[in-house]
Amino acid sequence: MSLTSQMSYALVVFVSAVFTQNILLSNFLGMCPFIGVSREIKAAFGLGLAVIFVLTVTCLLNWLAYHYVLVPLGLHFFRFILFIIIIAAFVQFVEMAIDRFSPPLYQRLGVFLPLITVNCAILGACLFMIIRDYSFIVTIGYGLGSGIGWFLAIMAMAGIRQRLANERIPRGLQGPGITLIIAGLMALAFIGFAGVLQGS
Amino acid sequence: MKSIGSENKKLIVEGLWNNNPIFKQVLGICSTLAVTNLVLNTAVMCAALVFTLSLSAATVSILRSLTPRNVRMMVETLIIAFYVIIVDIVLKAYWPQMSSNLGPYVGLVITNCIVMGRCEAYGNSNPPGRAFVDGLFNALGYSFILLIIAIFRELLGMGTFLGVSMPYFGGAYWDKWIIMVMPPGAFFMLAVVVWVFKSIQGVKEDKAK
Repeated sequence: MSLTSQMSYALVVFVSAVFTQNILLSNFLGMCPFIGVSREIKAAFGLGLAVIFVLTVTCLLNWLAYHYVLVPLGLHFFRFILFIIIIAAFVQFVEMAIDRFSPPLYQRLGVFLPLITVNCAILGACLFMIIRDYSFIVTIGYGLGSGIGWFLAIMAMAGIRQRLANERIPRGLQGPGITLIIAGLMALAFIGFAGVLQGS
Repeated sequence: MKSIGSENKKLIVEGLWNNNPIFKQVLGICSTLAVTNLVLNTAVMCAALVFTLSLSAATVSILRSLTPRNVRMMVETLIIAFYVIIVDIVLKAYWPQMSSNLGPYVGLVITNCIVMGRCEAYGNSNPPGRAFVDGLFNALGYSFILLIIAIFRELLGMGTFLGVSMPYFGGAYWDKWIIMVMPPGAFFMLAVVVWVFKSIQGVKEDKAK
């Protein structure tokens, strides 16, 4: 593919990762923090930003590692371990860097960074990009789009849950139950975006 | 000997019911919810989870005195990844069709919070035998809920069970609920299951008081 057609394909992948193929609402990745941390908007915002950043960069790092290290060596099956190590090391590195250069930012994002290592959205996106055989440019669009899609979903959820705090909810549904129902409604709404990308 | 037996019994009840990973802890639903639209996929996925969780909890427990505390998480992740790679390779070799159906979700067992959670909460501070039992029954408690979800989703959404057309639901009188096999159906179904089981537990707790 030429560079321009790759760029336009990357744009399509970006839009579909944000809306129609939302990593959280259609692939169920990153559910645990989505349910656990969506109680207030401020925390959801911090975690969402951290996910966008880490997801985009680790996707690219893992793309490079997979195509330039694992494929030439014929070690495809080793990818789970390599990806996890790269993600963990990168998160650790970012944590140290932020702590060193910007303490106020560390105060806001610091607590969320360790959580990200075990966020399945990150590893999931990396595995999807390998399975779907994306090129490097398309991976940029995919990583960024997935991160933004996750951010959008958790922000919307946090907004709704704050309003629900004072409502009366059946006892068995309190907490995770009602969150899942809202997530289902949101997933329904996001299916509505499916028409946006037809014909491309 | 008797005390060991009762300890195991306690672990079994905890894992399957009192502290069920899905409706009590709400952990690790990410990697498996996506495959619950077909019973067969769910069963394979659950088998992979049972294998990984029980063996990695036991392994973490065996190595617990050799592992330095500050790299503990990393060691646990590598142990889990080791078992997941075994599952992945076996599936690719003997059942390539299933391997491609499940896509990345087999690999995602590594970041499944319940595996890490049990290794960290139990395997890390208990002998291997009991860690194995704890892991095994947590995984089974997790699997039976997911199988319930999968059975309902496949039946209502496609009118089949394990791919075989069912009477009534597969017939012309049943308008298939396509939404059940799409992502929102998984969320609704899980919410209903959590609601039902938590309510049953709530009633029992009230009686116990």
